[in-house]
Amino acid sequence: MSNEAVIQPGVVVHEAHEHVGGHHHRETFITKYIFSQDHKMIAKQFLITGMVWAFIGGLMSVLFRIQLGYPEATLPWLEDIFGHWARGGKISPEFYYALGTMHGTILIFFVLTAGLSGTFANFLIPFQVGARDMASPFMNMLSYWFFVLASIVMMSSLFVQTGPAAGGWTVYPPLSALGDASIGSKTGMDLWLISMALFVVSQLLGGLNYVSTILNMRTRGMTMTRLPLTIWGLFFTAILGLLSFPVLLSGFILLLFDRHLGTSFYLSDIVIAGKILPNEGGSAILYQHLFWFLGHPEVYIIILPTMGIVSEVMSINARKPIFGYMAMVASLFAIAVLSFLVWAHHMFVTGMNPFLGSVFVLLTLLIAVPSSIKVFNWLTTLWRGNIRFTVGMLFSIGFVSTFISGGLTGIWVGNSTIDIHVHDTYFNIAHFHIVMGVSAFMGMFAGVYHWFPKMYGRYMNNTLGYIHFWITLVCAYVIFWPMHYEGLAGMPRRYYSYENWESFKQFVELNRVISFAAILSFLVQLLFIFNFFYSIFKGRKVTTKNPWNANTLEWTTPIRPGHGNWPGEIPEVHRWPYDYGKDGVDFIPQTEPVTKDESKH
Amino acid sequence: MSTHIPAGYKWWAGGKSPYNVSYGKLMMWIFLLSDTFTFGALLISYGTIRVSHNYWPDPNHVFNTFPLMGDANLPLAFVSLMTFILIMSSVTMVLAVHEGHKRNKKGVAKWLLWTILGGFLFLGCQAWEWTHLITHTHPVLIDGQIQEIGATIKQNHFGPIVPGLFHNGHQVTLPGPVGFGNSFFGITGFHGFHVSIGVFLNILMYIWTVNGRFARLGHYEMVEKIGLYWHFVDLVWVFVFLCFYLI
Repeated sequence: MSNEAVIQPGVVVHEAHEHVGGHHHRETFITKYIFSQDHKMIAKQFLITGMVWAFIGGLMSVLFRIQLGYPEATLPWLEDIFGHWARGGKISPEFYYALGTMHGTILIFFVLTAGLSGTFANFLIPFQVGARDMASPFMNMLSYWFFVLASIVMMSSLFVQTGPAAGGWTVYPPLSALGDASIGSKTGMDLWLISMALFVVSQLLGGLNYVSTILNMRTRGMTMTRLPLTIWGLFFTAILGLLSFPVLLSGFILLLFDRHLGTSFYLSDIVIAGKILPNEGGSAILYQHLFWFLGHPEVYIIILPTMGIVSEVMSINARKPIFGYMAMVASLFAIAVLSFLVWAHHMFVTGMNPFLGSVFVLLTLLIAVPSSIKVFNWLTTLWRGNIRFTVGMLFSIGFVSTFISGGLTGIWVGNSTIDIHVHDTYFNIAHFHIVMGVSAFMGMFAGVYHWFPKMYGRYMNNTLGYIHFWITLVCAYVIFWPMHYEGLAGMPRRYYSYENWESFKQFVELNRVISFAAILSFLVQLLFIFNFFYSIFKGRKVTTKNPWNANTLEWTTPIRPGHGNWPGEIPEVHRWPYDYGKDGVDFIPQTEPVTKDESKH
Repeated sequence: MSTHIPAGYKWWAGGKSPYNVSYGKLMMWIFLLSDTFTFGALLISYGTIRVSHNYWPDPNHVFNTFPLMGDANLPLAFVSLMTFILIMSSVTMVLAVHEGHKRNKKGVAKWLLWTILGGFLFLGCQAWEWTHLITHTHPVLIDGQIQEIGATIKQNHFGPIVPGLFHNGHQVTLPGPVGFGNSFFGITGFHGFHVSIGVFLNILMYIWTVNGRFARLGHYEMVEKIGLYWHFVDLVWVFVFLCFYLI
């Protein structure tokens, strides 16, 4: 089906959108800004919703870091805001567990899955494959609004009397299945499950669109191997989501049955408050298998888009072709396949057969191979490049740094023998926060700073950007590096207070440093949010179509493209997107035909 | 669409669909792949719970009734009829799609109607089967007491028999594994939910066919896409049939 057929006739072809605010066709405020079917607007909606969630999720981590860093402090203002959840100015244990649970849920699903893929898949796929819009703009809009519905339900769970879900973001049964087990397993848990079911629908609608747009809607000449690595990253991300989220949904359906229909899928032999429950024959481990069958691909759903973004931003700003394009694609593919075969490495301490454990160790360590290939390719892309230290580039380099530091500890915890020792300690917290949390944020920031001119026709402020980068990077290491030592010393995660353990008293000061850095890094994110919104309205204007001298197709569109992206014909593609510094030419856009005397790559 | 494709034609060169399908059909295929994982997860969960039990009810004993046949022992007869109905509805769906290719509005409408009927019949059969299981009570020995219970999602009477113990002329059994009712009602219910959606979509297709929407569009591809979904739901039933009734 032709690309022209996917958008409303008459909207695209006849108008050049160089001028601002000159939309003559019938676009009301509602169809343009709220129920928009334009991939660019949907991307911005995802981004800003994601930022709201990141603010809330980040604030939660500040609150529980206050408890961890300053356990004796009494802060009356906490009681003013949170009432009985912080009686006497101290965060209550129930509140603490709820904060940790919601911090994980929000950051992993609502920020780094929906906020990240939702933004960049929507924004970049039609632009970079050369399409007028997504395959189905209507489904795309639905995807966003299902995300909003999920958000509303999750948000409302924060305000119910018994509080939100509080059994950890993995919501393991039996704790999560039994309302009598804790107050965090009552209404909040139901809302959590409903919200996540809606979230899965949103992911499904989005993912179907991303995959079919990339396969079906590429412009003439855009072979798969001429796709920018951003698109490859987003492509594998969408496939992972399509194959793993349904399994999570199944797991949640069974959990809902256990909660409300009296079934025993996950429950057996339970005594609660002196009462023997009738449930028998189920298995809590079954839930863990279903959960981690999504849970592990999920970390790649988070990291693959940023790998693509970083590759793209890095190549542009090193003015060099990405090193080993095909190796990059192949390693993305290898990571995507392996990600489905390693889930049980989250379950080494569930009493699984050690032989089975060793199989999962082997498969887990295999992921180190494609990951290292990628790291070496990024480093060799930087090697002897003409590096332009834009803010986006700094964040890309920061990504490689944190990905290496976090990835190396992945080899530790991927080994069951070491994992059994450090399982559920701060070592693990440090590992996954650096490799998946901080790295994904680095990649996301790189993308936001880099494509902001395309999104809003203005630049973000550089000085604020540099401050944002350096404080974020330093704080990230100050927060998570010491956690490795705490974890190796056996300090367990998720505990409300460590005051009663003689062995952890040595970490009182260290915890204070970590909390201080956490609060500082949260404040500097506010600077980013300020920069973002300020620049939308007051930022320096973009004056050329291609401000970064980049090769990909989005920079051939007008500065402020209308719905349909290109005013005239969609350009044809003649080459791969990484011809930087070729034959002494700084850059050659993909739309340039290959000349006779050009050297081959 | 031209049927002649020259040799050396570059499917992946961009500007066209590499699989020669519209994005809508591609999406449906990918969605079905995705939904396979939903059902796969449910059936595997069922399997793991079942193999962890020493005792599991014999389907030939559980599913041995037929409407209006009283207590006649007819193992799997009724479910065979259900399966036959659903498979026949797939055949009529194929015929509807076939008529769609010929742009024969009347033919499409006719075969869609048969498909809808098949869907309703299947759902009706399922409703009867569930009702029968739930309302038909048997004596079960629970905590030393004989109770009359039906088979629900929570409990059932398909446990091992208590030798020599009869209640009103009926053999008394122990309670069956709760996992049986959990999985049976959970998974056949989830499948029935899929069938219901399919019936709803087929009705929508029927309305759009009759009011000439597809005739105006010039093609019946939407019917084809819903057809893919319908066949998929059928295929899933085959697996459900296998897992719950045959083994």
